Amino acid sequence: MSPRRWFPILLIAATSVVVAFLALPVLAIFLHTSPARLWDSLGESGSLEALKLSLETTAAAIAIIVVFGTPAAYLLATRSFRGKSLIVTLVELPLVLPPVVAGIGLLAAFGPHGLLGGTLHAAGVQLVFQTAGVIVALVFVASPFYLRQAQAAFASVDAGYTDASRTLGVGEAGTFARIAVPMARSGLLTGLALAWGRALGEFGATLMFAGSVQGVTQTVPLAIYGSFATDFPSALALSAILVIVSASLLISIRLMSGSRALGVVAR
Amino acid sequence: MLRAELAGAVGEIELELALDASPARCLALTGPSGAGKTTILRMIAGTARPERGRVVCGGVTWLDTERRIDVPPERRRCGYVVQDYALFPHLSAWRNVAYGMGGVPRARRRALAIELLERLGIGGLAGARPATLSGGERQRVALARALGRRGEVLLLDEPLSALDARTRADAAHALLEILRESEAPAILVTHDFADAALLAQDIAVVDRGRLVQRGSASSLAATPASAFVASFAGAVVLTGAARPGGDGLTAVALDGGGEVSAAGAGPNAGPVAVSIYPWEIVIEWPRAAADSSARNRLAAQVVSLTTVGSRVRVGLQASQPLAAEITQPAARELALAVGSAVIASWKATATRLIPL
Repeated sequence: MSPRRWFPILLIAATSVVVAFLALPVLAIFLHTSPARLWDSLGESGSLEALKLSLETTAAAIAIIVVFGTPAAYLLATRSFRGKSLIVTLVELPLVLPPVVAGIGLLAAFGPHGLLGGTLHAAGVQLVFQTAGVIVALVFVASPFYLRQAQAAFASVDAGYTDASRTLGVGEAGTFARIAVPMARSGLLTGLALAWGRALGEFGATLMFAGSVQGVTQTVPLAIYGSFATDFPSALALSAILVIVSASLLISIRLMSGSRALGVVAR
Repeated sequence: MLRAELAGAVGEIELELALDASPARCLALTGPSGAGKTTILRMIAGTARPERGRVVCGGVTWLDTERRIDVPPERRRCGYVVQDYALFPHLSAWRNVAYGMGGVPRARRRALAIELLERLGIGGLAGARPATLSGGERQRVALARALGRRGEVLLLDEPLSALDARTRADAAHALLEILRESEAPAILVTHDFADAALLAQDIAVVDRGRLVQRGSASSLAATPASAFVASFAGAVVLTGAARPGGDGLTAVALDGGGEVSAAGAGPNAGPVAVSIYPWEIVIEWPRAAADSSARNRLAAQVVSLTTVGSRVRVGLQASQPLAAEITQPAARELALAVGSAVIASWKATATRLIPL
């Protein structure tokens, strides 16, 4: 072996270890279960309910995150003001917060005895042990993933374009909708995929805050945990389904952002 | 009519100037990079704000820092071609042009946009995305977009500088035609004195945020107010009609009389601008025999003598005004004075032709 060749070989070796380690558990799930078993497990009422609940709650959470997060990220990306870095840090805090701590925090804020518990109760809103509570937990843990990406995506849109739009007679709101959002599209979709993936896998905060009530708050991860002790094959099958759903979501969003993002990358 | 008075710190420069632009005329802002030229346009358009200042266009106040008036950019009617054009990459050429047509009914925008693109000779590219267009094509789309805005003022920031030499001549021609037809006042930022002389009636030289001198191209070249303007107002520009001459040269009959020839690439027929650098022009007394290698000899009268550093700018009047730059000893030895009748000569190879 020539002395110059060792570094590429090291790179390839390290990559092989990383890929093997990350892929093996995912692969193992599928090796331990069969397509027939997957189909059967969907037939069990609990599994199907959990999957439906997971898709509904994550979709609702993502919709809330996009509606509030997109303008917020635009503001943080395009304006400078005092205390901005503090706000950015606050917004990103849930990223490093252990999910269990997030659950406790949500209880302390929105639980029956929490800060806003009385107000919510008076308004007739109940979150704990309710589907709405799952959505609140998902929004809390997943929104930083979207906010971070969206902020970076908006910051990468050159001010020259938004200025040009303004001089062409289009106001701030129109410029946001017609120039900034389309040009940041690929970054926004990546953020959406990351946030959705995080929401689908959410476990700790949901369990702490909303509990695990079948058909009401028991999402797929909670259902997997529930059947894990008593029915391991069923847990395996559900896990496989979650892997398939998450992966196809990620891939389809990547495809969407890739195909039309070309015009944005090439100036 | 547009009037702007702008003052205050901008980055490292201290802006302090007033300028006005009249309808159907083009004012060129020239000066070195970092002089604040682009900032001035942005302050007129409203995408930048001076510390103190006033901008009034067509009787409407767009900005008055004293009276706290600051009309947002979308409500100032400016056709603005920004540097590098800033074409929206996710929109086709015609959608870029139609983007600024807010006042036009939606159904009419497409036809109008395509009409504008056709006028600029790129109607066939209406459906193309900016990324697939060449530099010259992008410049035309940007120009069409600015015209589609139907502004009360046309702002052009280095519209030719991103182009290579070949497309540049065509683009300059297209721009000249548009400026001739335009009723609105135009302000053109360029660092190229020859472009300014070609496209604008008035040239304002800006340096470090201040107006150094303002006048026609020939007056700036002949009587520069400072060494800076002298070095900057590089080329003398004469106009005339070209025809093929002998030996691969192009002969140009100057408007007002006289003939010069040029060597090298360039148009060899039709109206042209002839550009020569003042330091290429040699001055001699008429009695000297024509035995030099210079092909071009024009009889001229000295109208001004301006000392600029170690050199002397000699303002000359032949059939058109021109300027020569010679050393101080040379000026002393020739004993030049205002009113002297001299011969200005230069080589055909030092003569650039620009189509008009």
